[in-house]
Amino acid sequence: MDPEYLFSEAPRRQVFITGSEAVAEAVKRANVDIAIAYPITPQSESMHLVGDLYDQGYLKDYYRGENEFAVMAAVHGASLGGGRVFTATSGPGTLRAMEMFPVWAGSRQPVVCAFMCRGVSLPPSIQPENIEMAMLLDVGMLMFHAEDAQDFLDMILKAYAVAEQPDVHLPVGVFADGFFVTHTRSAVLLPPDDLKLAAYDPRRAPVPTFDMETPPIRLVRDPLLNKSNFISYAANASWHQEIAAAAERARKHIRRYMGGLLEVEDPAAVVFLAASGTAVSQSREAIKVLRAEGIRVGLIKIMSIRPFPVREIEAVTAHADLIVVPEFNIGGWLAREIKAAIDNNRRVVGGPRVFGGMTMPTELIVNEVRNALSRPGTRQPGMRAGI
Amino acid sequence: MSTKIITPVAEFAELLPQEYKDLVARGPHGGRRSVRDLGTFKEIVDEHPHCAGCGVALAVRLLAAALPSPADTLIVGTPGCSFFSLVQTALNYSNTAFGNQNAVAAGLKRMLAIRFPQVHKDVVVVAGDGGIADIGLDMTLHSWFRREKITTVMLDNEVYANTGGQESGMSRLGRVLNMAPRGKLFPKIPVFELAKVSGCVYGARVTVAGPYRLGRVVRNAVLLARELGPTYVQVYAPCPTNMKFPPDQTLKAAKEAEKDHYSFEEFMSTEAAEYLARLKTAPEEREEAPEPAKP
Repeated sequence: MDPEYLFSEAPRRQVFITGSEAVAEAVKRANVDIAIAYPITPQSESMHLVGDLYDQGYLKDYYRGENEFAVMAAVHGASLGGGRVFTATSGPGTLRAMEMFPVWAGSRQPVVCAFMCRGVSLPPSIQPENIEMAMLLDVGMLMFHAEDAQDFLDMILKAYAVAEQPDVHLPVGVFADGFFVTHTRSAVLLPPDDLKLAAYDPRRAPVPTFDMETPPIRLVRDPLLNKSNFISYAANASWHQEIAAAAERARKHIRRYMGGLLEVEDPAAVVFLAASGTAVSQSREAIKVLRAEGIRVGLIKIMSIRPFPVREIEAVTAHADLIVVPEFNIGGWLAREIKAAIDNNRRVVGGPRVFGGMTMPTELIVNEVRNALSRPGTRQPGMRAGI
Repeated sequence: MSTKIITPVAEFAELLPQEYKDLVARGPHGGRRSVRDLGTFKEIVDEHPHCAGCGVALAVRLLAAALPSPADTLIVGTPGCSFFSLVQTALNYSNTAFGNQNAVAAGLKRMLAIRFPQVHKDVVVVAGDGGIADIGLDMTLHSWFRREKITTVMLDNEVYANTGGQESGMSRLGRVLNMAPRGKLFPKIPVFELAKVSGCVYGARVTVAGPYRLGRVVRNAVLLARELGPTYVQVYAPCPTNMKFPPDQTLKAAKEAEKDHYSFEEFMSTEAAEYLARLKTAPEEREEAPEPAKP
């Protein structure tokens, strides 16, 4: 079946489900061979539901591993064997498994992993924030950030379509802010139950499958180049360039399946809120408030964090005076990314930022925009034509 | 068993290096070979950069000759000295993050069982003592607890050799090593004993000084893992470089260990014993002669 039919053409029915249930609905239609789970809040429920799918025959194998590093390693092994895999984790689990993510990328494995982001530091917090995404920006994995349960479902399914392209063949992390997305119900449009992605075809992989059926036989699928000579260094460096190039090549597939790396509302505005994940939803509410006050603000919803939509952001902000970036983390990684992408980055205001489980009230964003507009020299946007 | 994976297309047949042509013509992929046949066939291990006298290199050579189905064997390793020869071996070899080998092997074995339900794809972990007993111990044990159908082979040189001679959990009590400046303060981790109580259906403790025995236990372990569950072989593979003995004394060091802390031991479940007894009576299995008397 053409995946585009499943993604955008097949008739959908509306259900009222949690983000965790949306993950299971995606896996149900993804024709996954093996899923491997390890409990951590707020990820656990989704992998319980994936276990139920295994029990119902949707997957061929499923088990609970011993820790996240082991799970990501087992998923790596299963993927080497030439099939489709799925797993999920959260915050401290992400960090526990960290060593395996560059291994997935280095092995060119189309692993799809869902990340239900949460706090990682002390004092202990299981609450939503997405600082773990900052730590994954350069592991070689593609990264999509879901705004809501609908995104989570669609992005997981589309992640397989992008990841398994022969000219990409890289892991994809699909991220959602824990609890806000995983544990709340919302209206989700589901594709039909009886449609699923075609099975993973190892013959389309750009690297040999690890099965003793695919030449060459003397195959170190994961080259450990620990000989100290120039050839080793050059081989390692060129391989990393190839991984980066594969991520670049993913852009066209992301545009095809997801409609773009970002979405823009009111592109003629001169003030923008730029966000990813649930900060997008809060920004939508803030924009309504600001518009009611006569302040016109556009929205940049960034869906693909890796590859990052540098040119798209450059283009959409070319005429902008102010770009405010609200985030659910203390580090402000998205603001840094945007600042690094555009000219005259004094236009970027990183904030508001909440973390440790704090919510982001609309007023925080509204005040950040108001304060930024009151900076000396900032052009006042007002309500221009069209609003 | 098949030579399909290594057979070149006709256009390339003459262009390939001699060692590859030998592998196709006289390799072990198409038929039964064993340690006993060493010297009569093209081995799957090729030139490697191990130190002179390396016990690990010898263990890998013997193990490779003992694999019952090299054409359907996949080895999962971990960083360390074993990499140097395993990477030169004519089969699929994976080596990624330190200590993850038994988890990788579990996932791989399960996927291959899905994709090739009619074929035994033997997944064999071959790694050092640091990888199996220290950094990867949780994954070693959990693969046994879960009864994963894989074989684990520890090449025990009682030291982190590749990183420069540091103490490992398998180093002997009192041994002065890097990171153990006052000598090791606790005895060898009893991984062999743990294997008995953690779900392994078969285990053997051997040294590189007994090649036929090493070959026999590796073969038993791989065959039993196909049918019954996890198996474990622990091989003493002394390291002249870090233990500071002359490289021509490796077998002597192994023989001395056999008399001391590395005596031969083997355990198996009732089902494993029955399976091996059935194998011995099968017509395609020839009886192996006992180890020649040691001088």
